Amino acid sequence: MSEESGSTKLVIPNPLVFDRALWRRRSLKDLLARYLVGAGGIAVIGSIILIFLFLFMVVLPLFKGAELHELSSYKLSNSHSEATLLYSIEEQAEIAMRLDRKGVVHFFYVDSGELIESNDLLAGSDATISSWAHVDAEQNFIGLGLDTGQVLIFRHEYALQYGDEKREIIPSITYPYGNLPLALELGEQALLSLAVSDNEDGLTFFVYTESGPRLINYEKESSFLDEDEVTLELTSQVRLPYADTPVKALLSPEREWLYLLNQKGTVSFYDIREKDEPIHIEDISVLEAGHLPTSFEFLLGGISLLLADDHGNIHQLFLVRNEDNVRHLTAIRNFKSGAAKVSSITTERLRKGFLATDVDGNISIFHTTASRHLLTENISSNALLHLGIAPRSDKIIAEDVTGQVHVWELDSEHPEASLSSIWGKVWYESYPEPDYIWQSSSASSDFEPKFSLTPLTFGTFKAAFYAMLFAMPLAICGAIFTAYFMAPKMRSVVKPSIEIMAALPTVILGFLAGLWLAPYVEVNLPGVFAILLLVPLGVFSASFVWWKLPETITNKITDGWQAALLFPVVLFFAWLSLALSPWLEQVLFDGNMRLWLTDTLGVGYDQRNALIIGLTMGFAVIPIIFSISEDAVFSVPKHLTSGSLALGATPWQSLVHVVLPSASPGIFSATMIGLGRAVGETMIVLMATGNTPVMDFSIFEGMRTLSANVAVELPESEVASTHFRVLFLASLVLFIFTFFFNTIAEIVRQRLREKYSSL
Amino acid sequence: MPTNKYHKDPFYKSGTPWIWLNAGAVTISVIMVVGLLALIAVRGLGHFWPKTVYEIEYLDNKVTIQIIGERVETEEVLKQRILESGIAVESDDELIERSLIKVGNRDFLGVDFMLTVEPNELQVDKPKDVLVLERTQWGNFYGYLQQIKNNGEVLNLDEPTKWQELASRLERVDDLRDRIEHIEKVEIGRINYQLEKLRLKKRGLELDESTDEEKFQAIEDKRAEFNADYEVLKSELDALYREMSRDSVTAKIMNGKEVEIMLANIVKAYRPNAMSLGEKIIFYIKTFWGFITDDPREANTEGGIFPAIFGTVLTVMLMSVVVMPFGVIAAIYLREYAKQGFLTRLVRISVNNLAGVPSIVYGVFGLGFFVYVVGGTIDELFYSAALPAPTFGSGGLLWASLTLALLTVPVVIVATEEGLSRIPRSIREGSLALGATKAETLWRMILPMTSPAIMTGLILSIARAAGEVAPLMLVGVVKLAPSLPLDGNAPFVHLDRKFMHLGFHIYDVGFQSPNVEAARPLVYATALILVLVIIILNLAAIYTRNHLREKYKDLEQN
Repeated sequence: MSEESGSTKLVIPNPLVFDRALWRRRSLKDLLARYLVGAGGIAVIGSIILIFLFLFMVVLPLFKGAELHELSSYKLSNSHSEATLLYSIEEQAEIAMRLDRKGVVHFFYVDSGELIESNDLLAGSDATISSWAHVDAEQNFIGLGLDTGQVLIFRHEYALQYGDEKREIIPSITYPYGNLPLALELGEQALLSLAVSDNEDGLTFFVYTESGPRLINYEKESSFLDEDEVTLELTSQVRLPYADTPVKALLSPEREWLYLLNQKGTVSFYDIREKDEPIHIEDISVLEAGHLPTSFEFLLGGISLLLADDHGNIHQLFLVRNEDNVRHLTAIRNFKSGAAKVSSITTERLRKGFLATDVDGNISIFHTTASRHLLTENISSNALLHLGIAPRSDKIIAEDVTGQVHVWELDSEHPEASLSSIWGKVWYESYPEPDYIWQSSSASSDFEPKFSLTPLTFGTFKAAFYAMLFAMPLAICGAIFTAYFMAPKMRSVVKPSIEIMAALPTVILGFLAGLWLAPYVEVNLPGVFAILLLVPLGVFSASFVWWKLPETITNKITDGWQAALLFPVVLFFAWLSLALSPWLEQVLFDGNMRLWLTDTLGVGYDQRNALIIGLTMGFAVIPIIFSISEDAVFSVPKHLTSGSLALGATPWQSLVHVVLPSASPGIFSATMIGLGRAVGETMIVLMATGNTPVMDFSIFEGMRTLSANVAVELPESEVASTHFRVLFLASLVLFIFTFFFNTIAEIVRQRLREKYSSL
Repeated sequence: MPTNKYHKDPFYKSGTPWIWLNAGAVTISVIMVVGLLALIAVRGLGHFWPKTVYEIEYLDNKVTIQIIGERVETEEVLKQRILESGIAVESDDELIERSLIKVGNRDFLGVDFMLTVEPNELQVDKPKDVLVLERTQWGNFYGYLQQIKNNGEVLNLDEPTKWQELASRLERVDDLRDRIEHIEKVEIGRINYQLEKLRLKKRGLELDESTDEEKFQAIEDKRAEFNADYEVLKSELDALYREMSRDSVTAKIMNGKEVEIMLANIVKAYRPNAMSLGEKIIFYIKTFWGFITDDPREANTEGGIFPAIFGTVLTVMLMSVVVMPFGVIAAIYLREYAKQGFLTRLVRISVNNLAGVPSIVYGVFGLGFFVYVVGGTIDELFYSAALPAPTFGSGGLLWASLTLALLTVPVVIVATEEGLSRIPRSIREGSLALGATKAETLWRMILPMTSPAIMTGLILSIARAAGEVAPLMLVGVVKLAPSLPLDGNAPFVHLDRKFMHLGFHIYDVGFQSPNVEAARPLVYATALILVLVIIILNLAAIYTRNHLREKYKDLEQN
């Protein structure tokens, strides 16, 4: 190395000759080292800051609102001249569909408005559309009610085709129930209102004609030869007990409930599980007096109802079961889009969000679970009438009263996250009341994700609390004895052996806790509690015996070896407790403590519970607390205690009144660091708790902690999804918690160091 | 410190009970540490000892059955509990011994374990000739050897030659198995690796829209060559497999059923009850050696843990290579170059704090930043041919090591700084006064004197890194890696490969495996090995530290 050659020259210096070249080389090297070290040092420190910044950057988009950017705007061409019923955009957001009042479906390019093709659904028939309804929004099934008393169900489909150059999207119309309209056997009377629900078992219609409201049910039967060939069989057609005129009807996707809205805004709710015997349950009015309903739609999943009025209010309602297991339609939350009349509501296809248009030309974007109002943007100077949204919620198409079509790009990545949905109580769909719930994923696509970090944070602190409850007395008392009373010879063995515990991988502790300790404790529960009682009692009586022993014996052993003398005592009493366990269980708990807990105290018992966590994680944090507290007690200047002893205080008195006050900040900081460790520990809680996110402080129940949750769910979550970012938020929260505890500890420790140096 | 016996205070006022209670806390802590280590050691080491196999005549609900198996665990249970669980027991004792018997033969019995209660064990024997087979599938076998078959033909053998014949035939199978493994892992592995490289090369050419037919042709030629090689190996393999399936044995299992077992499925055969102590010790050492040098079998619940040990050590070594220079440079910068003031104090506190930040947070960072951001970018720039299959864009050895390095860098910084602060000013000043530059002072005086402290930092960081599992779960550890990250194919170290890890192995086998009860002894053994690896790594580092301390003792005394 060049450094070596430089040094050989240095060894034989010639003081009279100033070797300029050598000097230059050396100073260059010095400069280089300075920059290298500087760059390296700053890089390392920078990378540490990067951790925090990076976590923060990943989390940040969660709280970003939505944005709308205009893409294009065009007038409906002549071929588009009939009034619109509905807009829809396909998955890739390239082609849109417009259904008009004459029953013509127009496919066109969203961005340019250029027409691709038009299909007249009612060609060759002189029927006209009198009402329409979504049959299955996810599958693009739409039902048209005709003035001939028939219903035509069609589906608009988009096939992807990969050609030579690029992929092409081919739109088409199919008829799942045949291209002839279904005659509902009502005779020729116009269907003024229509609702259709379709599932694998059957097809249910609600229709309103001049002769009144009716519920018509078909059951499906697949043919023997071909599974896909389905025939419909009319099973019932009943008149509904409804005196009003419905302006809108909604049938739940599983064909269980029917909701009818009248002109005044009253929602009537029917149980139609028995199709031939629909039951009227209740009428409910949620609108303020004088407000009139304008729009009534299902949220994704068909559980929540959205009801908008002419003053810009939108109400969310869904069925809630009360204690008697009876369902009531309940108003859950309100949204306000502005002061103007809401003209339409469009729900998102993959999330529990929706958009509302109003007569001032504004579009407002909401998310129900997060109760977030993400954006209100004016996109037209005229009243908006219709709105279509792409399934991926990345593009919208809106038409105003003048027939002008506006296409905007929508950027709304994480509407489901808000402070209230992450930390607060949220009233989730089908839940009896608002609650803190973590349930991040499910098999179904219309699932409402529940991202409350509260139960996880609760679990984290519960685990840390029980761990500290076990670790603190043992570690601090042990540290005091080791530092202050113990014979130096013994101390030199004891201290390292306790500190070895810190190097023990927590995965081993977790494994022992889950597979050995948990079943063991479950069987010997009374014994474990007996240990807590008997061992201190045993130690206490041992000290009494020692006190009473004649000095001829006690003097043979030098002070500071009490801990060694106690080994047999502790072992004996621990053994005794465990040996007594079955008898205790027999005598006190009728032979089964678990059963006794459940029956008498009403406390559930998980095999992997907070008691196990307390013992194991306590074990993991003992060495940390012990080591730092021991240092703190040991480094209290000796002249303080000597002075106290010289003045006649007993060793215990000097400990309590002199040593502990000076060492207490150190002990405090040790506790904080231990707490930080307990809060962030992953493997032990992952392996030794049931990992259920419950909010129950019972020592016999498990928990799910932030860290275990991240470890379990992060590998499976989709990159950059809301779930992914919420998990990053969980780690950021952990980071901040531990950083906070550690900073307190560090500041206290530095203060203490200054204090000692002045003593 | 003298306790004050001359005071005639009453007992409770003297403080003595409190002192003793504090002493009790120490005692309990020490007992827990020792007890834990002993538990792991006993259970982990006990796993390899050939256990006595019992033949028990057992009264099971008034029917007498025969049980052959190892006694795994015995505990005393209240009679009432046993009666409640639906087992008829007649005994005057309140406490009854209940044993867990490992009966093996999962393929024939459906269960691995049976519970017995002592009063119902009518007769217990330790038959000398009971045979235990460790198999590649279905776990252990317990039974009596009946016949040995060669290609389905029964060999006519008398008792002692039967055992010799079995041993020699097993040896032959073992050799065949080694050869098969060599061909499958090394030779076919190499061909697969080359073929994959060719595929990527071709894809790369396609992406570049190259029209150089020659290059494509060259690739095709090479591919044909490798395929031909593969065919040769394949036929060789087939022949070996045929060879291996030549022999079989018939044996009688409990309750008299006779079954046939292919020799190819047998890893080891022994008669524990007939073994002398010496034989047992030799068996023990062999099994233990096999455990640390073999690959796992049967979803990790049998066989060895070599890949996991290898992965653990390699990750920690790579981490050390990264963490040492950076940690030391950062500490030197903080202590020697940076202007001391509020900012350095702040940085120092932050660095201190980072040592206490939960490891899972580093894992999350590693996944988000190293794997997705850095790895994703590397893939796009250099491995676009392999996309969408990620190369560096998914967890792997490199990212795991870097994550661990980040996790442990505060430890090295803190320890090194501590060492730097202990060096007297006079040494620096003396060196500078003699005309040395700052860099020279650092390199020749300060760093050598700090080296024990640096080694301490490294020890601590290794101890921490080797035991960490949570962050690795996010950045590249897998339950079963198809190949080691180090092999004979250039560039030899495959930093992008996923790897196995002892800690994760414990978690996976103990908690995710389908047959936890059967796998449990293996988990104890793995835990023991992990503790041993950590202690060995620590000892090596401590030895280095002492060595260095010895070397620079003179310097420090001045």
